[in-house]
Amino acid sequence: MEKTQEQTPMLKVENLGISFGGLQAVDSFNIEVQKGQLYGLIGPNGAGKTTVFNLLTGVYKPTTGRILLDGEDLTGRSTTYIGRHGIARTFQNIRLFKNMSVLDNVKVGFEHQYPYTVAEGLLRLPRYYRQEKKMVEHGMELLEVFGLQDEASYLAANLPYGQQRKLEICRALATRPKLLLLDEPAAGMNPNETAELMDTILFVREHFQMTILLIEHDMHLVSGICEQLTVLNFGTVLAQGETARVLKNPDVITAYLGE
Amino acid sequence: MKKKKLNLRVLLTYGILAAVCVLVFVLIETGVASRQFKSLVVPLCVNMMLALSLNLIVGFLGELTLGHAGFMSVGAYAGCLLSVYLEGTMPMALRLPLVMLFGGLVAALFGLVIGIPVLRLKGDYLAIVTLAFGEIIRSIILNLDFTGGAAGINNVPRDIYRGSNYLIAFVLVFITLIVITNLVYSKQGRAITAIRDNRIAAESIGINITYYKLLAFVIAAFFAGVAGVLYGHNIGQLDANKFDYNRSIEILVIVVLGGMGSIPGSLIAAGLITVIPEVLRTFSDYRLLVYAIVLIAVMIINASPRMQALRARFSVRRLWKLIRGRRRKKEA
Repeated sequence: MEKTQEQTPMLKVENLGISFGGLQAVDSFNIEVQKGQLYGLIGPNGAGKTTVFNLLTGVYKPTTGRILLDGEDLTGRSTTYIGRHGIARTFQNIRLFKNMSVLDNVKVGFEHQYPYTVAEGLLRLPRYYRQEKKMVEHGMELLEVFGLQDEASYLAANLPYGQQRKLEICRALATRPKLLLLDEPAAGMNPNETAELMDTILFVREHFQMTILLIEHDMHLVSGICEQLTVLNFGTVLAQGETARVLKNPDVITAYLGE
Repeated sequence: MKKKKLNLRVLLTYGILAAVCVLVFVLIETGVASRQFKSLVVPLCVNMMLALSLNLIVGFLGELTLGHAGFMSVGAYAGCLLSVYLEGTMPMALRLPLVMLFGGLVAALFGLVIGIPVLRLKGDYLAIVTLAFGEIIRSIILNLDFTGGAAGINNVPRDIYRGSNYLIAFVLVFITLIVITNLVYSKQGRAITAIRDNRIAAESIGINITYYKLLAFVIAAFFAGVAGVLYGHNIGQLDANKFDYNRSIEILVIVVLGGMGSIPGSLIAAGLITVIPEVLRTFSDYRLLVYAIVLIAVMIINASPRMQALRARFSVRRLWKLIRGRRRKKEA
């Protein structure tokens, strides 16, 4: 137990729940992610993992419970607000701005950090040039971190799959989040690519001092990099705690493999 | 590096348009141009402005609207009525910019007021609602007294009548082109394009969808309004039925023909669509039939793989590279 008790957790979710009509998709979900932690959210298909992400990012409004990010209550806020105030995410099926250049994809993420106005943009006033120049520099820096600098002028749609995943993480980081949500980052990857992805995720945490919550089915990745796990099944928490211990939990094994 | 390429393309568009304007100017001033040609200049500029502004919504924001003629008519009526009222009180050089700004602003205001509820809709629903908006505007104008009802307004000052003072139209096209280009290549433009490419992702990185949709809508409405004022001062009269859904569709055809999200495309297509019907006058009764066939043919040819390959071969970027390559060889 090395975690400091007095520290406020980066993400604290209390009693979160949502029902669609009669279906209780997520019920009394609790989670506490400490700053700088790499936290895994796992569970069988349809367990409600992505629903939890959608609740955290304001896509769905929870019917019960509270979401606290670094002490700030984000419950019921809009997706835009949450995107600007510290939670960034990637998607299970990659959602890039396909017809925009790789660099532009990242620059969209800077939108509220470089606040020149419409008039300044239309009239090409000095602030436009200054901020656009900084955006390019800043964007290229971020792309270099992920080794994408040579592809900066490509259309995002023309990148190979692995690099599209990286670009999505890059774009999410451009918003300077406090918490990064990764929705099945290893989906569709071969073992080599997955190994590379694990390095990337660990690197992101080190380099940006990022707190990361990820959904994953690849047990190799989960057991390899996640420190803590929460297992969801039918919308409720089945087990929670340190990765090694959770993965040995007989309930978890039953949920995955059956009786 | 990337910035250079982008500037080159933009500058080339400006340059070619400027060259065409100069050419037209020379043709008219030397008396080579026919009267028919001269009378087409301003309608062409009106179509260019309409296409550029609609392209912002359809091509860059990715939403289909069928009510662009509605904004055009609102602007036209607002600007032209003010012009009738102010005629004689001030010189034309002062009145024209004033009424154009006024027409644009009134259209932009309508864009804002209508955009707030309507932009919650997407795709087909938005298209239908904007179509209805255009028709509602038309029937309201037809039934109001101060707009002249079905008789319309017939005493609009003919400042730009039949191609005279056509330079004003050139200036307006350039302003529209520069503003739309500057908007597209700014952070606001990137946000608008991001919404088109993936709304959910754009929202998740903190892009305010409603704000940027409204921004695109209002700016497009503004220029449609200005184009309307120009139109009114060219033909000297306004008839609400000229701004029906056929007009909206015509503008949309220009945008689609030129390529959605392509600024030079909109300009070229506006030229084609304005000129083709006039050229086809020789076919008299079969004019519309031939017009449709030409349109279909252009669309098919333009989208065909062979044409795409040909275009890639003769693209600006490639030509530029070739020229530079040769220059380097010479130096070496």
